[in-house]
Order: sequence, then structure tokens, then C-alpha cells
Amino acid sequence: MSETPPTKKLNMIEAINDALDVMMARDSNIVVMGEDVGYFGGVFRATAGLQKKYGRTRVFDTPISECGIIGVAVGMGAYGLRPVPEIQFADYIYPGLDQLVSEAARLRYRSAGEFTAPITVRSPFGGGIFGGQTHSQSPEALFTHVSGIKTVIPSTPHDAKGLLIAAIEDNDPVIFFEPKRIYNGPFNGYYDKPVEPWSRHPDGTVPEGYYRIPLGKARVVREGEAMTVLAYGTMVHVAEAVLAEKGVDAEIIDLRTLVPLDIETIKASVEKTGKCLIVHEATRTSGFGAELSALVQERCFYHLEAPIERVTGFDTPYPHSLEWAYFPGPVRIGEAVDRLLKA
Amino acid sequence: MTESFRSNLPPLELHVPEPRFRPGDAVDYSHLVIPEAGAQARPDESCAAAETHPLCLDLVRVLGEDHRAVGPWDPRLDPETLRRMLRLMALTRAFDDRMYRGQRQGKTSFYMKCTGEEATSIAPAMALASDDMVFPSYRQQGILIARGYSMVDMINQIYSNKADKLKGRQLPIMYSAREASFFSISGNLATQYPQAVGWAMASAIKGDTRIAASWLGEGSTAEGDFHSALTFAAVYNAPVVFNVVNNQWAISSFSGFAGAERTTFAARAIGYGIAGLRVDGNDPLAVYAATRWAANRARANGGPTLIEHFTYRAEGHSTSDDPGQYRSVQERSEWPLGDPIARLAAHLEVLGEWTPDAHAAMDLELAEQVKAAAKAAEANGVLGHGLHHPFRTLFEDVFEELPWHLKEQSEQAIRERRIKWPEWKEEDS
Repeated sequence: MSETPPTKKLNMIEAINDALDVMMARDSNIVVMGEDVGYFGGVFRATAGLQKKYGRTRVFDTPISECGIIGVAVGMGAYGLRPVPEIQFADYIYPGLDQLVSEAARLRYRSAGEFTAPITVRSPFGGGIFGGQTHSQSPEALFTHVSGIKTVIPSTPHDAKGLLIAAIEDNDPVIFFEPKRIYNGPFNGYYDKPVEPWSRHPDGTVPEGYYRIPLGKARVVREGEAMTVLAYGTMVHVAEAVLAEKGVDAEIIDLRTLVPLDIETIKASVEKTGKCLIVHEATRTSGFGAELSALVQERCFYHLEAPIERVTGFDTPYPHSLEWAYFPGPVRIGEAVDRLLKA
Repeated sequence: MTESFRSNLPPLELHVPEPRFRPGDAVDYSHLVIPEAGAQARPDESCAAAETHPLCLDLVRVLGEDHRAVGPWDPRLDPETLRRMLRLMALTRAFDDRMYRGQRQGKTSFYMKCTGEEATSIAPAMALASDDMVFPSYRQQGILIARGYSMVDMINQIYSNKADKLKGRQLPIMYSAREASFFSISGNLATQYPQAVGWAMASAIKGDTRIAASWLGEGSTAEGDFHSALTFAAVYNAPVVFNVVNNQWAISSFSGFAGAERTTFAARAIGYGIAGLRVDGNDPLAVYAATRWAANRARANGGPTLIEHFTYRAEGHSTSDDPGQYRSVQERSEWPLGDPIARLAAHLEVLGEWTPDAHAAMDLELAEQVKAAAKAAEANGVLGHGLHHPFRTLFEDVFEELPWHLKEQSEQAIRERRIKWPEWKEEDS
């Protein structure tokens, strides 16, 4: 008989903080570092209180050098630590790309397993906060394209904690993108309406202590027959709200991990519904939706009753004043849903 | 992890820098070495770079405790020029105050003040030629103000409105002003440094006479771009002036996280073999003189100079920051180098060229000037109130020409608009 563990109400920031706390208490090899993460506790407060609790040699500020942050994480990993660096905004990760792509991602392969990079790079990503082009990007497809990095994107506090714990325990490098628009509540794309806080959402209920959500397992948010919707991060909530408003009996799948991808759950769903809608906030061309579309076509072609639909951000940099014209919101998703229903 | 430590050796220790003062701490800056004004040698502009290297560990100062300008670095500016410098710094501060309030009133998403650091952009802008190309970071609004760029256009950009020359695309204060020889500001740090070197190299390739100058904060010297820039500048003897604005804080990280516990930022010049100067950044005359020295040197094919401006970020990093969370509020009042506007005003007063009444009258006049500009800009709209650039402009300038997929997406954006607001017409967007 397993007892239900006690739970608490957390927003996504608090859930991430809790995951770091739980893991740092369990494993003295875990170190947290990044710009402003130490005394201040991070510009989004994700590491608040950790330096005081675990000391300055396990939670510390770094110089402003993303290349340095990821490079030293690789070295620490080679020693045997399990670093969890933060890159303050995903838009700032590019100076660290060589260390991630050429080094962390390939270390196991090129050393035939002698060295590994058990690092989890946390980074807030995505738009909807009037952050302009340097605080809004969704660069996940750049990382899924690289062999050797796992890519994880949570959509709820509950998942954020369990997935982050699994990512930290994973022996391969993981990029953990946190959709900052839903840090405080499940923003659903209706930007002119208030966002409900996580405290009123069932997935704001988070088990205390240690638990993990395995990487590579999607979550069926809602079962349905009319179509399969593949989404992750903020767009899970936007898709859910639009389909509920339209009264469509869709099956909504939150992918949670892009690499490795839960292809079985996707396949089973599309074979059942015969229709597939892919939604992501990132730009369209060579976005992860292209990969999803190709996979669904390859594996479910004879079950498809309509062309696969992709709803994405536009192929422009993220604008400031026209942010909501850019964002793949209810109207854009609604049009695609209507096309699928008519097909 | 295997524990195979050798027991007869002392355990290694990780040093993690920690600032002297945290919230609630009494601040005492007596550890800072502040040399006498006027005591620093001024080598010839054509000297060997190594001759400047003692100055990298010193502090060039002109304005003394008695508010008089002294020593070989005194640029000997006439009172009219000094009053202009004072006025431009005060105008920058008045502009910041108004825009900060505008953000708090919901007229835009974000703002960054340069309070206390005005000298580090106004004085260099006055010392450079107006067509020298600047590659600023995000806290050099003073350069645009000094170059006479339209304040209404600056505010249009901040409000992301329909008259914003950058079409509402950029985060507020990320200006671009080619007509003012002011490069487009990036939100990513230090990227402008190698670009400034490239512009300077191009100017040299073409036999031009214009030089380049760039700015970044001390925290950004940790980025690889900073080091690439200095390497290229040294290799090609590029005509460029590098400014490191050491305002002590990079958001919540004090300068120790960029290496300040070991040496100065000006001393980076020593390793690269280029000229370097460390300047009292709150002394506008010292900043002017140092920039003039570096600009003359670059223009005479003497090569690059790195100038560290030792100053203090008197306010938060941005409107998104609360410095009371991580540093002592006393730091600002105790800062031993004072305030650049107050110091220059005091200097003009001892010269008999300025009075407190004149200063008060100037402040009122500048506040009115900024208010009028803000009102004019507000007539073009504020962020989120509908007066923005037409929707099709979202897709322009991604490329020179619109490829088919962006044409389709542009049509889609217009269609979405009509679905959401059936009465909407593109021409009145």
C-alpha cells in the first residue's frame, strides 16, 4: 500500500526552487551557478534561499560569460560533480553554444563513455512578457537538432519539479527550458484577460520531497477523439483553452520532453483521432513542429484523414509592440482547428 | 565519485567573491584608494602603450576636493563648454527621471537609467568628433542627447508607438540612430565591442579619418567578445576607443565577479599590449581629457586605448530590478567620488561662472523641455494602446525582400486581425 505523499501549492518558480532544494539535500555533488543566482537568488527568484542553505561553494554567482558557465560545468562534470547552471534568458545562451554543442553533447561519444557531461542547463524561455527580441526567444529546435542533448520543457509546477529532478539525475546533458510566461500562472493566450494563479490550478499542487517524472514520457492532458494536439510549455494551456472554448473533443498531449520524444503516445493518439495539430511558440521554419510533422507522417500516414496542421510563431524576430500579433494565440490556433474539423 | 584525496596535503578551497556590504550594512569605503586630483602623469598621445600602463592601476582625476581643475589632464575647457557639459548631463538625468516615471505609469514595458554615470557618456561624446562611430551598450543615452538627437524620437522608441523609427520592434532604450553615428543597440552583452573594432578596421582600410568608440559595463568584460575585440584591436592597431564603465554592479553581481578583486579593468590593456587609462568616472573633466587623449592617439594611427571609468550605478539595473535586495542603500550616499553633475556645478561655481539659482532654474527648464518632448511623443501613442506600426511592418526587414513564406504569414496576421476585430481596417491600424 503506497500512501499519498503530502502536497503543497506552488507556482512554477517555487516548484523549480523546491526541486533544486530537494536534490541539493540528497546529493552533495550538485552545484548551482549562474548570473545573479547566489545571494540574490536569480532574477526570477528560482534559486532564492539556496545559497544561504547550502553555502557559497555550492550555490554561486558567475561572471557574465555563458561560454564560461557552460564550459566550467563540463569540467565540473568531468570531475564528478553534477552542475545545474542557469542561463538567465535563453536568448543569452548563444555564447555558450560551442561548449554545449561541440563539447557537452559529444563528450560521451568522443571519449567512448570515459567522460560524460551530467549537467542540466536551466534557462527561462519564450515570450509574452514584452521582452522584445532578446528576452523572448524559443530556441529549442537548435538543441533538438544536436545529437547528444536532451531537451525538456515543463508546462506545470507539478511537472517542472518532477522533470527537473529527473533531468538532474540524468547522466547526459539536459537543456531545461522554463516557459517564463507561465511561471506565475497558466497563461492561456487570452492576453486581455487576467491569468489565474497556479494556486487555483490542479497542477499547482506539488508533492513534497523527492519524486521524478521520467524524461521521454508525454502527458495526455485531455483524452479526446476529434483530433490530436501536440504542444509543450505555454502552448499547452493556450491550446487547451481554445479547444475548450470551441467545444472540440480533442486529445491534447503535452510532450514534456522533445528529445527523447514519446513517439508511442503520439502514434497511438493520432491513429485513434486521424488528425494532428502541432502548436509551438517558436518560429515556424525548421521548428520542432517540422520534426513532429515528419514523424507523424512517416508513422501514421495511413491513419491520417487530413493534412497535419502546424501553428507557430512567425518567421520574424520577436517584436515588442506587436507581440500579440506575433504570438500564436487563440485566433491562429482556432483557424487551424476549424480547418481540421472541416477536413 | 571516488574519494581519493591525499591526506598529507591541505584541502583545496574554492574562493567565491563576496561584496563588502549587503543590505543593512554600514558602508565604509576607506579601503578605496582615491589619489589626489592632478597627481597623475599625462604621457604624450604618441607614447609607447607601456608608458600608459602605470595609469591602468592609478586613477586619472582633474577636479579636486576644492572643486578646482588641476594637473596635466585638465582639458582647459572654456566656461561656455563647461556649462554645456553640465546642461547635457542634467538633461540626461531629467530625461531618465521622466522616462522612469513613464514606465511606472504603464506607458512602456521597461526603462534603464544612467543616474550617477552621466559623465561617462556626455564627456566622451563631447570629446569625440560628432561623426566618429559609437557602438554603445544600453546605458549611453547621454551620447544621443549630446549629439542633439531628437528627444521626441527617443521617447517614440521607448513607447514603441506609431512614430517609433524602429517600428516598435526593439525593447525600450535599444536605440539605433545612424544619422547620429550611433549603432543599433543589442540586448546581448559585449557584442558591440568586436563590431566597433571592425568598423575601425574598415575606416583604416579605406583611409578614412573617423574612429570608433564602444562602451560596456565591467560585468560584460567577462564575455568572450570583449577579449576577441581587444585581440583584434591589438593585432590590427585599430583606431578604436574602448570604454569600460565600471559602475561596481552587474545587476546583483558586484565587480568582483568580473575579476575586480585581482586587478583593475583598465589593466586588461596591459595583457593585450595596448594603451590603457583608469579614470574617475564621476569627474567629467577627467573623462573628457582621457577620451580626447585616446581619440587623438587613434586618429594619429597610434592604435586602440582601453579606458576604465570608475563610477557607481546609483540606481537599479533597470525598472525590473530592486537593488535594495542585494546591496546596502548607504553605498550611494557614501560613494567617495561624489556625483558628476554636482561636481561640475561646484567647479563652475568656484570659477564664478555658475550659481545655485542658475542651477535650479536650469533644472526647471530641462524638466519642462523633457515634459514637452514626452507629450509630443505620447501623441503618437504609448505601448499597448493601439497606436503602433501597421501589422505588415512586422514582416518587413527580416530580409531585404519578402520571401514567399513571410508573404503568407503577413497575410495570415492580417486575417487574424479581421477575425478578432471584424470592423478593423488595415489602413487604420
